[in-house]
Amino acid sequence: MHYLTQAGRKIGKNKFLYIMLVPMVLYYVLFHYMPMYGAQIAFRDYLPSIGIWESPWVGMTYFKQFFNSVYFGRLMRNTLLINLYDLLVGFTFTVALALLINEVTSRRYKKFVQTVLYMPHFISVVVLAGLVVSFLSPSGPINNLIRMLGGETIRFMQEKTWYRTIFVFSGIWQDAGWGTIVYLAALTNIDISLYEAAIADGASRFKRMLYITIPCIMPTVIVMLILRMGNIFTVGFEKTMLLYNELTYETADVIATYVYRRGIIGAEYSFSTAVGLYNSVLNLATIVIFNAISKKANDIGLW
Amino acid sequence: MFFKKKSTGDIIFETIIYVILTAACIVVLYPLILIASQSFSDPFLVMRGEVKLLPKGFNLKIYQSVLQHSELWNSYKNTIIYTFIGTAVSVSATAISAYPLSRKDMYGYKFFNLFAIVTMFISGGMIPLYLQVSNLNLINSMWSVILPSAISTFNLIVMKSFYSTSIPSEINDAAAIDGCNDIHFFVKIVLPLSSSILAVMVLFYGVRQWNSWVSPLLYLVDRKKYPLQLILREILLQNQVSSLSDAALSDQIMIGETIKYAVMVVSTIPILCLYPFLQKYFVKGVMMGALKG
Repeated sequence: MHYLTQAGRKIGKNKFLYIMLVPMVLYYVLFHYMPMYGAQIAFRDYLPSIGIWESPWVGMTYFKQFFNSVYFGRLMRNTLLINLYDLLVGFTFTVALALLINEVTSRRYKKFVQTVLYMPHFISVVVLAGLVVSFLSPSGPINNLIRMLGGETIRFMQEKTWYRTIFVFSGIWQDAGWGTIVYLAALTNIDISLYEAAIADGASRFKRMLYITIPCIMPTVIVMLILRMGNIFTVGFEKTMLLYNELTYETADVIATYVYRRGIIGAEYSFSTAVGLYNSVLNLATIVIFNAISKKANDIGLW
Repeated sequence: MFFKKKSTGDIIFETIIYVILTAACIVVLYPLILIASQSFSDPFLVMRGEVKLLPKGFNLKIYQSVLQHSELWNSYKNTIIYTFIGTAVSVSATAISAYPLSRKDMYGYKFFNLFAIVTMFISGGMIPLYLQVSNLNLINSMWSVILPSAISTFNLIVMKSFYSTSIPSEINDAAAIDGCNDIHFFVKIVLPLSSSILAVMVLFYGVRQWNSWVSPLLYLVDRKKYPLQLILREILLQNQVSSLSDAALSDQIMIGETIKYAVMVVSTIPILCLYPFLQKYFVKGVMMGALKG
């Protein structure tokens, strides 16, 4: 009882703060927590006409149905391959780009490079996809170049072997520059005296980058890597929707697009919720695991 | 010591860096310049692939047909409305809720912070959210593209960490002694001190809403309510060019093909025009997020 009145007094003291929290609480309850609760339809045979409560329990039926379908293997393979490709090429490229920008001595040139490289981040994904399609079309500049060099026209957007490369490299075009900001911010915190000592020892610019700059941004790289690893079972829904087509489904289709086709287009709510739930659980597990590994190995973690 | 004569190794190193970065800039800029040039060129020359960098046979035929495209302009109007209202809703919700989240002396401080952060790692998924939006009777309403993503948790945390680092708690204590309540204090003192971060928020939310097309795709049914990006998607990617060309240009397939370049320009111009002036605010926002993250 005493405890309750104490809590009551504490709340009363800041009652206006709680009033300010109302919009946020409403928002998270309505558009985050209610859907989390609604995700239970993955275990029910949901019929919109009778509602969640009246729909009968079916247990793991929909999960089993998904795991036993041909799509399960295909979606997992596509998701993982695209992410590994992007991790290997995109992530590395972003870090390398940050190191290069950091080495530019002319302030004006640095500003120019940053302005140009950040720009694509603000272009909408729809326009990006439009650019990709127009550049890679049979009459586009890339095919013109290929023909000029004596090659055959490639129908990039229809070839499933090209899809992942297109996906990853268009991502680099759009976001590698923007991704450098975090690293450049970390680089400004490096102690200047380290460089001064290295210069006094006669270390070349390359050696300074190798032995001072790179070790100093490693913690940031690791944090970004954990965050990235947490998304290893997610491939951007937006870009996939825009770039894939029936001809490239085999290499392009990922969980989110599959959920969209089965759930929104096909109205198979319970089945598609089960697929989505499986993906959410997988994502959560990965981020927890990678965070733990990183904490153990490097003492760096998200929480 | 920085004036020491450069060694040959350093000169080579520097040259390599400048060459790579200049190449990267060209790769980024070339597609944008080419699209703009193609949109100002003679459609015939564009189709033959003769426009390589600068416009050839300069003319505005393509833009004339874009002007006649009533559906495009209607969607443009929708996007402007959604962006204005959406940004206003998002920025005020974020600015107001982030303040209590920054007050460590509030009872339940940890709980409310966790309440928001948890949603970054756990979600119900696309379908339960869709069903929820439909239960709330928001389908096909303007609010369906604004409310379900009204608060970005990332932005909320950026905002919160701005408050906790830039508003010294001493001012708050002093104000409390003077009998100033929390809402009063927030409006009179905190908000005026936060104008720079509010600008960042307006930009982040504004660009996001301008470029958004997934929520409209899921929740809007009526084509008259479609925002620009959805109509763009049809023009650019679904080869529906013939259906949207007005009668006047149905015989001009070439313009139908090249109209794509002009719509890309028309839809991206507002953002790219503002971008150079606002770049530093965007970068500031990301850095604040990074410090916390």
